[in-house]
Amino acid sequence: MSILHITNGRIIDPANKRDEIADLWIADGVIVEKSAIRNPQSAIETIDASGLVVAPGLIDSHVHFREPGQAYKETIASGSRAAAAGGFTSVVCMPNTSPVADNAGTITLIREKARASACVNVFTTGAITKGLAGEELAPYGAMIGAGIVAITDDGHCVQNHGVMRRAVEYARMFDLTVLDHCQDYSLVGGGIMHEGEWSLRLGLPGWPRAGEEMIVARNILLAELCDSPIHCQHISSGGSVRLLREARARGVKISGEVCPHHIALTDDSLQTFDSNYKMNPPLRTYRDIDAIIQGLADGTLDILCSDHAPHAFYEKEVELDQAPFGITGLESEFALFCDILLHKKKALTLNRIIEMFTVNPAKLLSLDRGTLSVGAPGDVTLVDPDLEWTFDKQKSESLSRNTPFHGARLKGRAVRTIVAGETVWAV
Amino acid sequence: MNAWTRKDLLGLDELSPAEIRHILETARAFKGVGERSLKKVPALRGKTLINFFVEPSTRTLTSFELAALRLSADVVNLSVGASSLQKGETLKDTALNLQALRADIIVLRHSSAGAARFLADRLESSIINAGDGAHEHPTQGLLDVFTILEKREKIEGLHVAIVGDILFSRVARSNIYALVKLGAKVTLVGPTTLVPKVFEKLGVRVAHKLDDVLETADVINLLRIQHERQRKEYFPGLGEYVSLFGLTKARAARLKPDCLIMHPGPINRGVEIDSDVADGLHSVILEQVTNGLAVRMAVLYLCAGGAGLPS
Repeated sequence: MSILHITNGRIIDPANKRDEIADLWIADGVIVEKSAIRNPQSAIETIDASGLVVAPGLIDSHVHFREPGQAYKETIASGSRAAAAGGFTSVVCMPNTSPVADNAGTITLIREKARASACVNVFTTGAITKGLAGEELAPYGAMIGAGIVAITDDGHCVQNHGVMRRAVEYARMFDLTVLDHCQDYSLVGGGIMHEGEWSLRLGLPGWPRAGEEMIVARNILLAELCDSPIHCQHISSGGSVRLLREARARGVKISGEVCPHHIALTDDSLQTFDSNYKMNPPLRTYRDIDAIIQGLADGTLDILCSDHAPHAFYEKEVELDQAPFGITGLESEFALFCDILLHKKKALTLNRIIEMFTVNPAKLLSLDRGTLSVGAPGDVTLVDPDLEWTFDKQKSESLSRNTPFHGARLKGRAVRTIVAGETVWAV
Repeated sequence: MNAWTRKDLLGLDELSPAEIRHILETARAFKGVGERSLKKVPALRGKTLINFFVEPSTRTLTSFELAALRLSADVVNLSVGASSLQKGETLKDTALNLQALRADIIVLRHSSAGAARFLADRLESSIINAGDGAHEHPTQGLLDVFTILEKREKIEGLHVAIVGDILFSRVARSNIYALVKLGAKVTLVGPTTLVPKVFEKLGVRVAHKLDDVLETADVINLLRIQHERQRKEYFPGLGEYVSLFGLTKARAARLKPDCLIMHPGPINRGVEIDSDVADGLHSVILEQVTNGLAVRMAVLYLCAGGAGLPS
């Protein structure tokens, strides 16, 4: 029997509304009561968590690992190390690999690769439509058999509302969660940054708020029509928050998530034409940031994630309009959210931040994780919410370095990541 | 303190009014050179300039080439057809090769906004922006202001109307930045789709009726209007455009007697400007072209740290 004893930490387990100084026991990778430890001869590993928070292992429900197809950007192994270094015991991978994860074979390949090489739990999603083309449904039944936890065309968006409607209806048969990247192609066109004063100043094609809001509104209507949930990914616009709030108040099964860059940065960051500020959806304005934070505070938005999108240096080192969208995020996101939401804006308690990284994504995706209940997997993240540190991208575990947060001074950090009772990373 | 310390000219948004005035004064000195029978000074002798044009252009390329030749620089023109960008080399790698050939100055024309800034941040060579997407075309903005200043004592207080496809125009942006910094009152005129109200944040007025500005404008700058691929959803066609925004004879008759008519070229006779109006007394369109040479000589001279300003 291998035993881990975490002593004197402040246990915050939102799933059980627990917040107290106590010890935590993990035996053979599973959380147990102290009374279950019956073999005193076993070697007991003890971690002194005095002054630290003991949280359920954090879950990032939105990452891009690049296997298969683009392993030079990120492998499942490197991505999982970056996850561990950010405090994450579980990640959920988007299906826009090459080939696209739109069939059981590719899903199986990813799952096997993860089993062999990942140091954290790697969950996978499948595409909504074949090839992310927005036309024909992918085989959800077969992909569930191969182990997906949700479907999404992330990076793309099903434009045909009839196709999306059938996808949501068909997924309901399996209780399969539908995630959607909200982007109306006809409104966004070739837009690469928020449409506003700065896009006009810089002469860059604008990506208007309405391009997101149109599809959020569409998803609200489809969730009602099909009486089935839809989750809107990486919300960037204050208008989307308002739409979600109104719909949720009416009982519509619609939800949304937030990435750190959308509350940390604004569109004027692009005045240096630095492609590390180019992401999709784009950075917007202080007005949007305030609305998103308000949406997190009142529960309209209830999941935090990174949209970790690694790209090679040379791919980002081009003219801005030709650079790919996206930034890495796994190693800076938890600290950014603590720094902004807990310390600077005082908008959320640490308990709620942890809730949005654990029990909430676990519920959305039906994962048997995100809690410290007895019998749950022994995934634990130790957090020092007041630790001040500087994010250095050169020390990143990711294969890519495309982050705008290099050198950022942050308050709050995950200091140890424990997966099934084994420490996989520590400061 | 030196009036000019920059190695690059990327745009007019980032320049101070004093820096803009310094370029204009330097250009005035160089204009005299072009009026001589011997149109050449040794200011950049021994310096190498490469015109790196990733987007086609004839007049800007010719103007930069002549400006460099008049400063006695060695000039090479590299256009996209001949460059390795079509073989998959990145802009950065191509530019690093030009730098390795010891180019002192690279004049860049590119379809991507920010391309000049991108190279300037990464290269030792001086980068001169000859137009980057819809962002800026600083030498055009400077030559327009220079041309106005030749006809008027100062920019401050003048009412300048810029008419046409403002949204996609780098010429409009560079004009706006320079004119607002120097104290002009600027009105942008065009259809609502091409002149969004957000432009007011740049310190200008936005109008959608050309007739409303004719009688107060001291300068009217007409941009080339195109109705190609990406513009079809912005306005219905050239016929309607001419009826609403074309500078017809009837409209020209309502201009102030000393109003200047400008156009960055190439002009579409009978579209944004009536053919006779383009050739008329108000028109300074060809003077703009002449002044472009002087302004580009000044910019090359200042950025390359040349010596021996003509007396």
